[in-house]
Amino acid sequence: MANIMVRKAADGGLSFYLPKRDIEDRITSIEFDTPEKWGGEIRLGNGGVYFIDPIPAPARLPISLRARRVDCVE
Amino acid sequence: MTELTREAAQALIEEVLEVYPEKAKKDRAKHLMVNDKTIEQSKKCITSNRKSVPGVMTQRGCAYAGSKGVVWGPIKDIIDISHGPVGCGAYSRGGRRNYYAGTSGVDSFCDINFTSDFQEKDIVFGGDKKLAKLIDELEGLFPLSKGISVQSECPVGLIGDDIEAVSKKKAAEIGKTIIPVRCEGFRGVSQSLGHHIANDAVRDWIISNRDDQAFESTPYDVAILGDYNIGGDAWASRILLEEMGLRVVAQWSGDGTLAEMENTPKVKLNLLHCYRSMNYIARHMEEKYGIPWLEYNFFGPSKIAESLRDIASHFDDTIKEGAERVIEKYTPAMNAIIAKYKPRLQGKKVMLYVGGLRPRHTIGAYEDLGMEVIGAGYEFAHNDDYDRTMKEMKDATLIYDDVTGYEFEEFVRKLKPDLIGSGIKEKYAFHKMGVPFRQLHSWDYSGPYHGFDGFAVFARDMDMTVNNPCWGMLKAPWLKEEASADDLKAA
Repeated sequence: MANIMVRKAADGGLSFYLPKRDIEDRITSIEFDTPEKWGGEIRLGNGGVYFIDPIPAPARLPISLRARRVDCVE
Repeated sequence: MTELTREAAQALIEEVLEVYPEKAKKDRAKHLMVNDKTIEQSKKCITSNRKSVPGVMTQRGCAYAGSKGVVWGPIKDIIDISHGPVGCGAYSRGGRRNYYAGTSGVDSFCDINFTSDFQEKDIVFGGDKKLAKLIDELEGLFPLSKGISVQSECPVGLIGDDIEAVSKKKAAEIGKTIIPVRCEGFRGVSQSLGHHIANDAVRDWIISNRDDQAFESTPYDVAILGDYNIGGDAWASRILLEEMGLRVVAQWSGDGTLAEMENTPKVKLNLLHCYRSMNYIARHMEEKYGIPWLEYNFFGPSKIAESLRDIASHFDDTIKEGAERVIEKYTPAMNAIIAKYKPRLQGKKVMLYVGGLRPRHTIGAYEDLGMEVIGAGYEFAHNDDYDRTMKEMKDATLIYDDVTGYEFEEFVRKLKPDLIGSGIKEKYAFHKMGVPFRQLHSWDYSGPYHGFDGFAVFARDMDMTVNNPCWGMLKAPWLKEEASADDLKAA
């Protein structure tokens, strides 16, 4: 489990930040993206896959979360 | 020296690595790369923020240096206690020339060394009582201080002193903010973790202090983060922002005050100069207070103009007009400087090895002067810094992380740059090699280098160094005679 931060990127998409490993990348896909359920498996631009426990969609970004590494590239 | 090809640069790295034993070679190879602009993620080609190989003469500092020396030291009205043996405080005292407006010892305390001077008995019996006594003495001697920070040195962590408890108790007693900072030098691999710890201490003990207090705000409030006012840098940046119509609420941390820092959560935009040392707090404020942050670069007129427009784009038209007005106002002066120095510096090659933001931020300023950066590296950067650097650097230039004394010297011997910008530890080695050198940690006792005013100083200094006649006089007289005798024979 790792502490991550999801924030709005300048281009309107979502960006993923994992401070411990200096990974800052755009989120290419997110499993659940509805107001009631948000999160699940997220895929990054660099090919990494992480899992965040689904929560109701955050009212405000950025948000700090715990994420589990499913498949990381490095 | 003609421009390197990718293959030649790679061959150079291989050649330099040749002398290492197998294991060290494998490790060091990961820290050196030839720049390739097509790669977006530096992670694939460079490793950073790893423990240095023992014995290779690295140039890094420690967590205490990152916290006390970089982040906390420049805040002028907070007294930083170097809690532990006397040396750490003595050697980190005022060396960076973080300027401040104030009277030293009365309302400003940047250049005084406050230390608890641990002795054997403090190691054996603990130093908490001494710390409490020290705080009382400080309060008596320097009543105008606004706060105290306790910067722990290695032994404090080792013997397990409870500086948090002492700080809390004493803070209640004297009614001032006392911040315990757990920045023992052994933490982490370089000063970088010290920045992070310092940011976390600010987050925990300062940032929310005035959350429910009223603040007279304007729509144009900004804070300068990560500018340490080396030689007056932050002042040179601040006037530009004020000229374009913004109100600078806080300076972090050069010439900064505790009150400014407490007021920072009320601003509309955080301007981040040194990403490496302050991004943590910027990200925290973005999450907690919804303040966006923006990286900017105030080195060299083209980058300044770009940054001013970038900053203005976050505000309304008055600020946008203000930015244009400022750029227009300074353009003639900047053109005059470029006209004066560019012919003298055109085509000169630069190699940089500094920390924080300089290896990438100064590239624009060198390019404005017609100079070219052929190698850049950081002492303590992380991969996100290299992501940003690779975009700024030309293709097939060298990028080196935590470069060792040997590697750096070899690169310089082979690439023959006309100027090296690095720290005090490299300075004399390169002086002896006869290579023009600027100490870029604290601007070689010059400055400011930020902002339009700073560029004038920057250009002058670079010219002064590169075109200094002294570099041709470095040969020992007895060697010179032989050479001239040979010349005579040839003639």
